[in-house]
Amino acid sequence: MNWRVAEVVNVVPETPRVKTVAFDVPGWPGHRAGQHVDVRLTAEDGYQAQRSYSIASVPDGTRVELTVERLEDGEVSPYLTDGLRPGDRIELRGPVGGYFVWEPSQGGPLLLVAGGSGVVPLMAMIRARAVAGSDIDARLLFSSRSWEEVIYRGELERLGGGGLTVVHTLTRSQPPGWAGYARRVDAEMLVEVGPSPSRLPGVYVCGPTPFVEAVAEALVELGHEPHRVRTERFGPTGGE
Amino acid sequence: MDALMLDGNAVAGILQEVFAVEMTTAIGTCNRCGGTDRVGALHVFRGAGIVMRCPHCDNALVTIVEDGTRVWIGFAGVRTLQVTV
Repeated sequence: MNWRVAEVVNVVPETPRVKTVAFDVPGWPGHRAGQHVDVRLTAEDGYQAQRSYSIASVPDGTRVELTVERLEDGEVSPYLTDGLRPGDRIELRGPVGGYFVWEPSQGGPLLLVAGGSGVVPLMAMIRARAVAGSDIDARLLFSSRSWEEVIYRGELERLGGGGLTVVHTLTRSQPPGWAGYARRVDAEMLVEVGPSPSRLPGVYVCGPTPFVEAVAEALVELGHEPHRVRTERFGPTGGE
Repeated sequence: MDALMLDGNAVAGILQEVFAVEMTTAIGTCNRCGGTDRVGALHVFRGAGIVMRCPHCDNALVTIVEDGTRVWIGFAGVRTLQVTV
């Protein structure tokens, strides 16, 4: 698995702290929803920093999109979100991972639970489902701090329906008249969003570590089989 | 629970680099508690190197240290590793 040179095609803001960077990666072999890439940056003095990012896009030739949240004390993310312009080049290795992966042929029902930028690999699954024309029962429970910080908000509104249900919870502030959830994800919320454990849904949980721990524990207590609850943690930061 | 903890998905790249096959779906058995888990579900801590721990008993299963041109991998806590070939 070699490092490949990836050229920035465009950069699109998603929220005040999150951007989607689209790359052209010659020789890209394609990928599955939920897989990652390793990104490597090399400074002029030779110092290298490397991080893993989920792929946001569905396979589309040599185009690969990453959606990146800027971490204020981060070594790599501020450069990806604020330092890149079309034509810039970075190094990228992948796709990697096979555990936190979903393909339309696996069928449903599907329960996706996202905390902040943990939505990225789950969005790749939602997009793959849409591209495949699948109508399986898929539910996204998406926890964000505020309405302004909901990543992919417009696209999720457009993709909803036809078997896809999107439920938001806004943990820190809510717009006037907000009638949805306004607390952290808990067992009661998971019961209401469903589907029931008896339907044996495939469950994917991604977000900051404390979020994933709490959600996965609640899911297992509700009766979801531990091996059906796949998790991906990205450390301490991000929305919740 | 340590908020800095990651999971085996975060080291998919280096493991695939070394083993040349996808490793997050490989199944490891802990030599202390006998728990079995996909590598992607193991708990991962980054410091000077990487430590992968058993999610059931916290046993240190795998350690990974890199220096740019070489990598040292220790399997002190793994009884078996089942890999699809």
